[in-house]
Amino acid sequence: MGVEQKLGNMGVVTTTLEEVVNWSRNNAMWPMLFGLACCAIEMMSAQASHYDMSRFGMELMRASPRQSDLMIVAGRVTRKMAPVLRRLYDQMPDPKWVISMGDCASCGGVFNNYAVVQGVDEVVPVDVYVAGCPPRPEALIHGVITLYEKVRSEKIAHWK
Amino acid sequence: MEEKLAPIVQRLEQDYGTQASEQSGEVSLVIPSEKIVAACQQVRELGFEQLSTMTAVDYWPHEDPRFHVLYQFTSLSLHLSLRFRVMVPGVNPSLPTVTSVYRNADWRERELWDMFGIKFAGHPDLRRILMPADWEGHPLRKDYPLGYEEPQFTFNFDQISLRKPYAKE
Repeated sequence: MGVEQKLGNMGVVTTTLEEVVNWSRNNAMWPMLFGLACCAIEMMSAQASHYDMSRFGMELMRASPRQSDLMIVAGRVTRKMAPVLRRLYDQMPDPKWVISMGDCASCGGVFNNYAVVQGVDEVVPVDVYVAGCPPRPEALIHGVITLYEKVRSEKIAHWK
Repeated sequence: MEEKLAPIVQRLEQDYGTQASEQSGEVSLVIPSEKIVAACQQVRELGFEQLSTMTAVDYWPHEDPRFHVLYQFTSLSLHLSLRFRVMVPGVNPSLPTVTSVYRNADWRERELWDMFGIKFAGHPDLRRILMPADWEGHPLRKDYPLGYEEPQFTFNFDQISLRKPYAKE
């Protein structure tokens, strides 16, 4: 390890590649503007001025999967929606992460029936599950921060 | 019954040999299935410009013609509403389409085909409308399985994880 803190007035900092890349991934993680059900209302409220996700640099919702790094699955995924969701995931460029927001997306929730996928992890690989029906905006923000911790600790060997 | 509705209902009762029933001010007539197109045509000419909704009920296993298809008409000019009820048997259920009379019956009939499996003879485009195209069965039938998967709790987490189809990267 090199020098990781500012020393004197040299104007130079050294660190590891791993840390720099993880830091930059962390600080520019753009979620996709994509809501499926009532959880999306909480997601909107988390973005709006009262909860203000942009304090953490996670406010920039992109309307295109090509420009986003994070997919927040906000709501129940029906069997008809599942292929669409998978296609959106496939259209996102690497590296990409998925947050499953709410009970329905995580495990089917109250909709244990033929029409709803019992957990979106059957369709896309999920990094963080957020519990709640629907989760409060604080819970979603906590979920994103948990994902940040995961990304910050990723090793260079596991990068995509 | 509404003053303006009574003569219309009386005429339909005579023409289709049926008896109107009224509940909470809603008037309903049972129409024989082969005469539904003619009845719709007639009711449209009598001032019911709008087919406000079309739906079905599955009375399985309590009643023998298990499906009842309901046509709800509204007259905007006369400020009236009227309902037709058509009984459809459970084996190979089929009805003539009324899209030639009310154009908006198109999607309604597709929905009934999708949800109940009632075929509409002469329909221009009878495809599924709500369920995925490759779906099997008709979910709103009473004998359709609701579907259930065992919920994953702490005590059976590993056991269910083994058989759960997790997505690949």
